[in-house]
Amino acid sequence: MVLEVRDLSVERGGIPVLTGLSFDLAAGQALILRGPNGAGKTTLLRTLAGLQPALCGEISGTQETIAYSGHSDGLKAMLTVAENLTFWAEVFGQKGIDRAMKAYALEPLAERLAGTLSAGQKRRLGLARLLVTARPIWMLDEPTVSLDTQAVAQFAQAAQAHLMSGGAALIATHIDLGLEAQVLDVAPYRARLDAKAGASDEAFL
Amino acid sequence: MSLWEYANPVRFLNLSARVLPVFWGLAVACLIVGLIWGFFFTPDDFRQGSTVKIIYLHVPSAMMAINAWVMMLVASLIWLVRRHHVSALAAKAAAPVGVVMTLIALFTGAIWGQPMWGTWWAWDPRLTSFLILFLFYLGYIALWEAIEDPDTAADLTSVLCLVGSVFAVLSRYAVNFWNQGLHQGASLSLDKEENVADVFYIPLLVCIAGFVLLFIALVLYRTGTEIRLRRTRALQAREGRA
Amino acid sequence: MKALLIRDLKLAFRAGGGFGLGLAFFLIVTVLVPFGVGPQSELLARIASGILWLGALLACLLSLDRLLALDWEDGTLDLLATSPLPLEAALSTKALAHWLTTGLPLVLASPVLGILLNLPGAGYFWLVISLLLGTPALSVIGIFGAALTVGVKRGGLLLSLLVLPLYVPTLIFGAEAARRGAAELDPTTPLLMLAGITAGTIAVMPFASAAALRVNLR
Repeated sequence: MVLEVRDLSVERGGIPVLTGLSFDLAAGQALILRGPNGAGKTTLLRTLAGLQPALCGEISGTQETIAYSGHSDGLKAMLTVAENLTFWAEVFGQKGIDRAMKAYALEPLAERLAGTLSAGQKRRLGLARLLVTARPIWMLDEPTVSLDTQAVAQFAQAAQAHLMSGGAALIATHIDLGLEAQVLDVAPYRARLDAKAGASDEAFL
Repeated sequence: MSLWEYANPVRFLNLSARVLPVFWGLAVACLIVGLIWGFFFTPDDFRQGSTVKIIYLHVPSAMMAINAWVMMLVASLIWLVRRHHVSALAAKAAAPVGVVMTLIALFTGAIWGQPMWGTWWAWDPRLTSFLILFLFYLGYIALWEAIEDPDTAADLTSVLCLVGSVFAVLSRYAVNFWNQGLHQGASLSLDKEENVADVFYIPLLVCIAGFVLLFIALVLYRTGTEIRLRRTRALQAREGRA
Repeated sequence: MKALLIRDLKLAFRAGGGFGLGLAFFLIVTVLVPFGVGPQSELLARIASGILWLGALLACLLSLDRLLALDWEDGTLDLLATSPLPLEAALSTKALAHWLTTGLPLVLASPVLGILLNLPGAGYFWLVISLLLGTPALSVIGIFGAALTVGVKRGGLLLSLLVLPLYVPTLIFGAEAARRGAAELDPTTPLLMLAGITAGTIAVMPFASAAALRVNLR
């Protein structure tokens, strides 16, 4: 297993959102997170990525293995597409952005400033960043927002290739990507309010 | 039964409800006795005349201005290490009290300085240090106010309090160095405690005790308010999601 | 770290990066001071080193609130936090970039502005040395303030309120060294103190900054 989650509870703003989550992710597997808006998918992904502490439970396998992609792509408007990608490649200790540029058909845009791209093009650049990190576990929060059908297909293809090469992916999305993947609906794990879930402000009740 | 039991907000409220009247009573008693004794039943100083009597407000408030910051530092450390909410809220509650103490010290100092030195304000190291301390208090309170999430605010203000303490001490030395550097051998010495005679000393001690008790009472009271605010917030957050 | 440094420098030099704004602000402050205090040469000569230090400090402060806020808004900080680069190193690098684009130009421009304020001849060398030793501390302390206030909307004013008291020791020792230099006194002691503060802040502050930033990211 590349990622193991046991009895995990996550919080937002000091209040438990999801409790009792357990799942495994093996190499070559993808897990699609589903659930209504506000169910806690983003919070779960941020917790797994190590951006915020878990309330309780165990997460193993996330040390230096995560490529996280949130709602914003971390792009600099005044850098070109190639410069943006090269920067992230170097931060992750990698060289070469050609494969990533090709996967999302970004070559014609290479010398454009990222600030002049359309929303969909920016997103493609943000997704291309995942390929230059060379990290095995992708954690993606709504990756297909503002993508057209062609770009969604590019993404599905890149994700498929990533899984084939032994990677894993955890994707929160509402779109059917055509990937062979397990689906985890987070709605049943919604935290009950009376539960002693370990929320920060429970002491005050 | 360890001391940490009172880190539980509810227990803290119960305890403080029991001891608060005692602290209020003792604080008022000490202040009335100390101030009346100091103002009306001590002789005028042969050099400074009756102006010396402001010492009964000035010295205790100055002491508490510094002690309040030290208390906030300790409370911040406890919050960062043990994550007891009461500790963080007590630090928050102490800050405005500390500001008022600092202001009292600065104003009474100015009122005292006017007849003694012929000026309301001098850039003496001690005066300057207090002004800087005042700025640190302002920054600390402003940060608490600016951040919406209470736990985030508690964490950030605690870090600021730690770093600020180091810089406050550094500033104190820097200011000492700076003023000596400007005019060699400053003519205004503010070392009062050494030349205070016994007649003034005992009522001063009573006043200091009064200020300490007043500070404790105020902080307990304000911490209680903060705890109730957090309780309201916690209940509302759950109500919204029920 | 090199990649981050180069990226920050590139961003500072491209349009909208704000490079040179600090320098222009420094110039304007220096020009305005004689209007405020009067044109007497002796008076200006006496306060020149202090004014230049104060101007450099304010110019440094000016660019602080963009230092992390921009990276926060576009999600770069989230991604950096999940990258192999420790946040402490990332913040140190950003502080270095800030110093190279703000502090260093101020140091280099200060002798020219010294002429405008009639700085005595002996003062130029020590002014530059003291600024060179002191401005790195301004950047490192500044990034701590930026990390504390990064989540606050319109945190610029709050940032100034938090950072300025922390600047007191640096300002005192730096300006004192420059003043002593200008008055042909021995500036060694304040210079040593200044160097000590700078070394100490560079060693310790990134940890406090990273701690504050982690709290803000969660």
